[in-house]
Amino acid sequence: MPKKKVRIATTSLAGCFGCHMSFMDIDERLLELAGIADLDRSPLTDIKSCNECDIGLVEGGVCNAENVHVLREFRNSCRILVAIGACAINGGVPALRNRFDLGDCLEEAFITGIGVTDPTVPGDPELPLLLEKVHPVHEVVKIDYSIPGCPPSADTIWTVLTDLIDGNEPDLAYELIRYD
Amino acid sequence: MPIFTLDGQNIPFEPGQTIMEAAMAAGVYIPHLCWYPEYEPHGSCKLCSVKVNGRLCSACTFPAAEGQEVVLNSEELQQLRLRLTQMLFVEGNHFCPYCEKSGQCELQALGYYVGMTDNHFPHFFPKREIDASHPDVLLDRDRCIFCGLCVRASRDEGKHVFELAGRGIETHLIVNSATGKLGDSELGASDRAAHICPVGAIVVKETAFRVPIGRRKYDHRTIAEMSLEEEAPLVRRRHDAKEEG
Repeated sequence: MPKKKVRIATTSLAGCFGCHMSFMDIDERLLELAGIADLDRSPLTDIKSCNECDIGLVEGGVCNAENVHVLREFRNSCRILVAIGACAINGGVPALRNRFDLGDCLEEAFITGIGVTDPTVPGDPELPLLLEKVHPVHEVVKIDYSIPGCPPSADTIWTVLTDLIDGNEPDLAYELIRYD
Repeated sequence: MPIFTLDGQNIPFEPGQTIMEAAMAAGVYIPHLCWYPEYEPHGSCKLCSVKVNGRLCSACTFPAAEGQEVVLNSEELQQLRLRLTQMLFVEGNHFCPYCEKSGQCELQALGYYVGMTDNHFPHFFPKREIDASHPDVLLDRDRCIFCGLCVRASRDEGKHVFELAGRGIETHLIVNSATGKLGDSELGASDRAAHICPVGAIVVKETAFRVPIGRRKYDHRTIAEMSLEEEAPLVRRRHDAKEEG
């Protein structure tokens, strides 16, 4: 009997999708992955909400109310939740704003900044509200594994993913653990 | 020569040597950030914590003695080192992806060495002052780990440019000048104090990103290998110099 396929969900919160791009860099191994796994919610499937999954990959930190909502949905739906990349692990580049007041950031970006036309802070109710600070994902939900890197290399992502699919503890060689 | 044991291995030592010095001279790496063989030990980073006859001690300050049983790599101590490293990361603002020290940073390399993949603790995101006033040297306090190496290096070269002020969580690096700015201090770009920083807190300007990724210090070699290669000979030399009086 063929082995049951694992279900994987992925999302990018306050990230740049660079980790997803690096994930795509597994190249022809994508075919192998397609043979052993199905993608659930992911930018690659455009499924909007998460079903029960075996593994969830979360890129990016938590910078707004929607990020919190999505992250909690992932935690509730995924048996194993994996933080992927610097932003998910420590806030990364978006966390640069943590040293400034949020109001000052909005003012600089939308009112007083160079080249701003029609100066107004966007207030559409559809826009998720920004959090006072950008947070790493482990400050909001329990994270089972983390893959550092900006982005982690395709080999690093592949190693962790296949180890987890095989039911093993991820074991990364020295050169596969990088924080940059 | 008297000996002690380190994880069961016999380590010879000269009276007056610390456990760190004897171990390094014997080719055994003990993790550290605030210790450098040419300076008086500071004993603050605690990464060199070992158990000496069952008691937790800093290897860089604790004198070696005949018959000591020293434990370095128990599961407990490895876990302790991982947590200490994570505390150093969350206490400051350590963002490797855009730090010019990345790939050559001892804190980062130590993270790799202890197998750190996450930061475990909530982040402080402290607000610290950056000082770019010096024409040749940048002081980015976000990355300071308070190892005091710059303090000792500058003191030993007779300039006393740096000092650690405040206590506990209020500890911060200050500069000895009328304005408190690095640009008004006596620091020169060729001073040891401008080059000794193990992290990216004190960096010489216009030198960043010169070494490409893949050829940086810790890209392929661990901090243990590099430390034994670069620092262990200094311990031996320092010892020989003392012998000669």
